[in-house]
Amino acid sequence: MAKKKKESVAVRLTAADKGFNITVNTLMTFLLVIIVIPLWCTITMSFRPNDYLGSYIQGMFMAPWHWSFSAYHALLGNNGFLIAFSNSLKILVFGVATALFLTIPLAYGLSVKDLRGRSIISIFIIIPYVFNVGVVPTYILVAKLGLRNHLFSVFAPVAISTYNCLIMRAFFEGIPNDLRESASIDGCNDIQTMFKIILPLSKAIIMTIGLYYGVQFWNDYFRPMLYLDKDYLRPLPILLRNILLAAGMNEFVEANAFGNASIESIKAASVFMSAIPMVIAYPFIQKYFTKGTLAGSVKG
Amino acid sequence: MKKTNFSRLGKDIWRQKFIYLMLIIPLVYYFIFKYIPIWNAQIAFRNFRSVRYGITGPKTPWIGMANFKEFISSFYFWSLMRNTLGYSFGKLCVSLPVSILLSICIYECRITPLRKTVQTLSYLPHFLSWVIMYGILLALLSPSDGIVNELIRMFGGKPVDFLTNSAVFPFLVIFSDAWKEMGWSAIIFIAALMGIDVSLFEAAMVEGANSWQRVKYITFPSILPTIVIVLLLKIGTIMEAGFNQIFMLYSPAVYNVADIVDTWVYRQGLLDGRFGLATAAGLFKGLIGMCLLFVSNFFSKKVSSSSLF
Repeated sequence: MAKKKKESVAVRLTAADKGFNITVNTLMTFLLVIIVIPLWCTITMSFRPNDYLGSYIQGMFMAPWHWSFSAYHALLGNNGFLIAFSNSLKILVFGVATALFLTIPLAYGLSVKDLRGRSIISIFIIIPYVFNVGVVPTYILVAKLGLRNHLFSVFAPVAISTYNCLIMRAFFEGIPNDLRESASIDGCNDIQTMFKIILPLSKAIIMTIGLYYGVQFWNDYFRPMLYLDKDYLRPLPILLRNILLAAGMNEFVEANAFGNASIESIKAASVFMSAIPMVIAYPFIQKYFTKGTLAGSVKG
Repeated sequence: MKKTNFSRLGKDIWRQKFIYLMLIIPLVYYFIFKYIPIWNAQIAFRNFRSVRYGITGPKTPWIGMANFKEFISSFYFWSLMRNTLGYSFGKLCVSLPVSILLSICIYECRITPLRKTVQTLSYLPHFLSWVIMYGILLALLSPSDGIVNELIRMFGGKPVDFLTNSAVFPFLVIFSDAWKEMGWSAIIFIAALMGIDVSLFEAAMVEGANSWQRVKYITFPSILPTIVIVLLLKIGTIMEAGFNQIFMLYSPAVYNVADIVDTWVYRQGLLDGRFGLATAAGLFKGLIGMCLLFVSNFFSKKVSSSSLF
């Protein structure tokens, strides 16, 4: 970060500077503890054996060799959980693919500055963004289209987020126009230019926006609840909510061949399992999103 | 003259035919999924009973402003408004200072591993859903097996059921949101801090300013414009009090302090089948939201020449 500053600070530290550093480091440690405790508490709870006698707080400091994986065995051996997980994966993959397939061309088209009718198209996409009519009219549309009880209904109504599209457009606008012109002189048409010139330069923004969509679709609870009532279609958030409300817990506890997973540890384990894809994808995409997020804030 | 204009227009369109071709599918998508709902919103002015009878037609007659009148004069109206605005303002007042503090701490921290760990971990909760957050909050706060209640019991207190206690619930909503989003909202401030010219600090040090004074006179003033913009943009979305969060955390025991317009619309419209009334409430909220968005956009354009559209 501020490397230069660091060197010069080392020159001479007054008492006030020392106090400042101590305050900052204490605050940072405090924030770290605040962030970590809830996560750690849930993780350790999922590893707690059923016959564990210590308190919940002691459980947070339990040695890893005492951890029990029975809650995970119970979950992974449960058909309902696996179906929910695969439904969520399907929604994630098809949702992100559809969203990017729709958003990229729209953002690219709108970024072409000399496009005739560009401002009319911009207004056309911004009106519904500014004027939000609420959930009922969309529900009626999905019902009338006969999309209910189809995984498509979970991402179709939100497959283009105007906000994401505007961020992406701002990024595309930042790419020098000369590149486009030289490509067209070399005989590329606009579609070829997009695939061969613009998209390779836009990995950061595509990853970022893809991540935004992925997080949204993976985490969505409301739309699956509205549009999917069949058990075999329910994605992970719905199942997780049911587990947390202890509805249908019996199937997990009974199906558990090891017989030593407590209800709390199954709840915590399902929380952790639902978070896993996000946690795994996160470090890979993290390097992109600061860049990508800023693209939107610099020029919106 | 006119003819040449037209032929130029035609030529331009032909030249860019592939771009229009690319735009067709997304624009058709907008028409279906964004404009038909706006058309459907007319049921706010109609006596709509079922999808079977259709949006228009004699079976769903016009009833004028009756749905709006019912919503505004209903006993819930003021409490819904109070809760919606209360949660938005509460979240703004807590999470904005917290994220500013976090960003300044991250910027000033000299211990690299600590800084990197905090920075990375603080973004993470943003990517967790509110269902997961609900699970984490249960692990922390549940009256029978939550950590917090165990501490309370250890010190001889009575366990509190935080999620169904209407005195505690609003704070729970505001602080859980601050915990989840502080790292993510700090990103924009961290970016602003990275843009500060380092020579300013060097000059200040030559003049004998200590670390506190540097934060006060350089660091904080440098991100003040960003703070103003963030504040303005937040005002534009003040009607969005966090449907997903409240929907996940609330229960009938706390409806009176938890219900915001969105949750009420959901229950009225989609659970109780009062589509017209719920759409009217949604439209009402949408109109206020639109006005606020224009106002905040206008001011952020004035202040910084940056705006959403």
